[in-house]
Amino acid sequence: MIHASLGAITDVAIEWPSLADIVRTLTLRAGYNTTVVIVGAALLGLAGGIVGTFALFRRRALVADALSHAALPGIALAFMVGVALAGHGRSTPLLLAGAAAGGIAGLLAIHAIARWTRLGEDAAIGIVLSVFFGFGTVLLGLIQGMSTGKEGGLKTFIYGQTAAMQASDAANIGAIAIASIILVSLLLKEFRLLCFDETFARAQGWPTNTLDYLILAMVLVVLVVGLQAVGLLLVVAILIIPPAAARFWSDRLDRLLWIAGGIGLAGGYFGAAASSLLPRMPAGAVIVLTSGLFFLVSMAFAPRRGLLAAAARRFVLRFRITRDHVLRAMLELKELVEPSIAADPHAVIRHAGASPLSGRLAILLARSQGLISRSTDGITLTPRGLENALRVVRNHRLWEQYLMHYAEIAPSHVDWSADLVEHVLDPSLIADLEKALSDDAERSGLPPSAHPLTARGRP
Amino acid sequence: MTLLHPPQPLPSTISTLPEHSEHSPLSIHAVTVAYQRKPVLWDVDYDAPPGQLIAVVGPNGAGKSTLIKAALGLIPIASGRVEMWGRPYPKVRSRVGYVPQRESVDWDFPVSALDVVCMGRYRRIGWCRPIGRSHRAAAMEALQRVGMIEYADRQISQLSGGQQQRVFLARALAQEADLYFMDEPFAGVDAATEKAIVDALRNLRSSGKTVLCVHHDLQTVSDYFDSVVLLNMRIVAAGPVSEVFTHENLQKTYGGRLTLLSTAAEAIARDTGRSS
Repeated sequence: MIHASLGAITDVAIEWPSLADIVRTLTLRAGYNTTVVIVGAALLGLAGGIVGTFALFRRRALVADALSHAALPGIALAFMVGVALAGHGRSTPLLLAGAAAGGIAGLLAIHAIARWTRLGEDAAIGIVLSVFFGFGTVLLGLIQGMSTGKEGGLKTFIYGQTAAMQASDAANIGAIAIASIILVSLLLKEFRLLCFDETFARAQGWPTNTLDYLILAMVLVVLVVGLQAVGLLLVVAILIIPPAAARFWSDRLDRLLWIAGGIGLAGGYFGAAASSLLPRMPAGAVIVLTSGLFFLVSMAFAPRRGLLAAAARRFVLRFRITRDHVLRAMLELKELVEPSIAADPHAVIRHAGASPLSGRLAILLARSQGLISRSTDGITLTPRGLENALRVVRNHRLWEQYLMHYAEIAPSHVDWSADLVEHVLDPSLIADLEKALSDDAERSGLPPSAHPLTARGRP
Repeated sequence: MTLLHPPQPLPSTISTLPEHSEHSPLSIHAVTVAYQRKPVLWDVDYDAPPGQLIAVVGPNGAGKSTLIKAALGLIPIASGRVEMWGRPYPKVRSRVGYVPQRESVDWDFPVSALDVVCMGRYRRIGWCRPIGRSHRAAAMEALQRVGMIEYADRQISQLSGGQQQRVFLARALAQEADLYFMDEPFAGVDAATEKAIVDALRNLRSSGKTVLCVHHDLQTVSDYFDSVVLLNMRIVAAGPVSEVFTHENLQKTYGGRLTLLSTAAEAIARDTGRSS
């Protein structure tokens, strides 16, 4: 929609719907057609989320994208066949069959390139996706030049035309959603094994290729019914976004499936409702954007796997480490000078190797926890602070022991910096190391530490 | 397979191999495996003695994992055949357990430790059926045997490398097999896991199972295993550890690389001797 003058850009007024309209639409009372579209889009999202979960874990996201693009030449050829045989090509079953055939051809092409050449699957996908889509576009051009004249709305397959959804379409999508739920419930165990450990599945004698093709067949079916609604450019989103968002909320495949289905359902429902309320917004794009919003929220705010939660955990850990370094630094400074003399906070922070700001915050934290007390002369360790500092020193020595004893058999653990160890090792290992530490000390005649060390760091 | 270039024949001081027997849990008959044009295993002939812990030892790229994968039909065999108890593998699948390399899967996959161990029961459960209570109990017992029972509900990415390895072992135990193939179960594990695995292996042996284990740590071969296969594309020597695991045979298996290895091993032995 291009407006006549540049000044009019501020006039691109979206006609905001009234609250009553919104409620009516969301409660499916905004007329038959709108209701059909919303229900159909929601069911499509449900099927997409469930089927897409396996596509995602089998790492078939890009393959699915290539399949949807490869559908275009299939659709165009089917249209031409229809014109040749019946004089017109606008038969939906024929076009969808063409789309499926195009997708299968694309899939075979990817397999062939990946198998018989030294190119990787990613290159094969890139080639097939673009070549098939290009071929389809050329065919559309040919169709426009054909004597029958019009290309008969084939372009709607590219961007989708949700509003044109019929009740029978919605019913078909519903049947597909139910079928995929049944299939997934029956084969959950088999698919789980295939996605997690294909090698073990094959060694156990499961027909992994058949199971793989079954997943791809479900993907293809969802893609083909989704083409009309969402368009082939965006349809892959209904398969990939819901499970990707759901992954942030659960660590269990069975729960994750339902969450993905739910996110897909909500994306279709709210997306289709929004686009019917905002008439100039293409529904396919709005549905995808709504799902994208769910993804963003999940990625940012999910309680354990979300980015904010992870950042908070890292922050807390670093803060605790800085605090421990400050305690240790105070202990060491007191050793150097004289006990019971208050330390200069700046010197402590410098000695701890902390930045001024984080060092100050760490001192504040330690004071609030009663580990450090402050007087006019400076800061001193409280008895509890001393106990903590001793424990930190002890753990650092244990870490040195750990590296000396276990470095060669536990390479996965040596990436940790020595500063992190006390937050990582489990108590039983620490007990072993303590024994080694005291044995070592006996043999070498060196004291293990300037401080008596016991299991809890209590002098 | 005219594309294959046979390797230089090795000096034939190879210890005599046992006769192929119908009762051997694993008989490998003249197996050759090739990736692209490069042979990885050349004319391998081996009969596993029943009821023993067997280490497969050899340098990197010697075809140790390939041997296991070929036996399990995971990669095609160019020539030769593999039999278990005198029958082809597909006929005796239910009697064979498998521990793949830990790195071969994505440990961020959304399943718990118990879910993974249950996978060892899937074949018994069969198509389309849910995991029943008895199978879950068997999986829990397998977790118990590797000391991982308290981690049953833990998501697998939250386990340490050694704990993940124990979960893989528990899955194989849950298969309740008579012959086990294990691909580097000791790779990169902590001391507690190493002990748990050794205990589990000894338990298997005492109940008459046969275990074929790809192993990389030459120092522990004589402690952990009864029998050893020295492999470098072909079998250099195979038999009881006490007879076959000699410096001379290792030299043949590893070639010049052993000197480097043994210096490192001696250094480590010195270190551990001093500190423990």
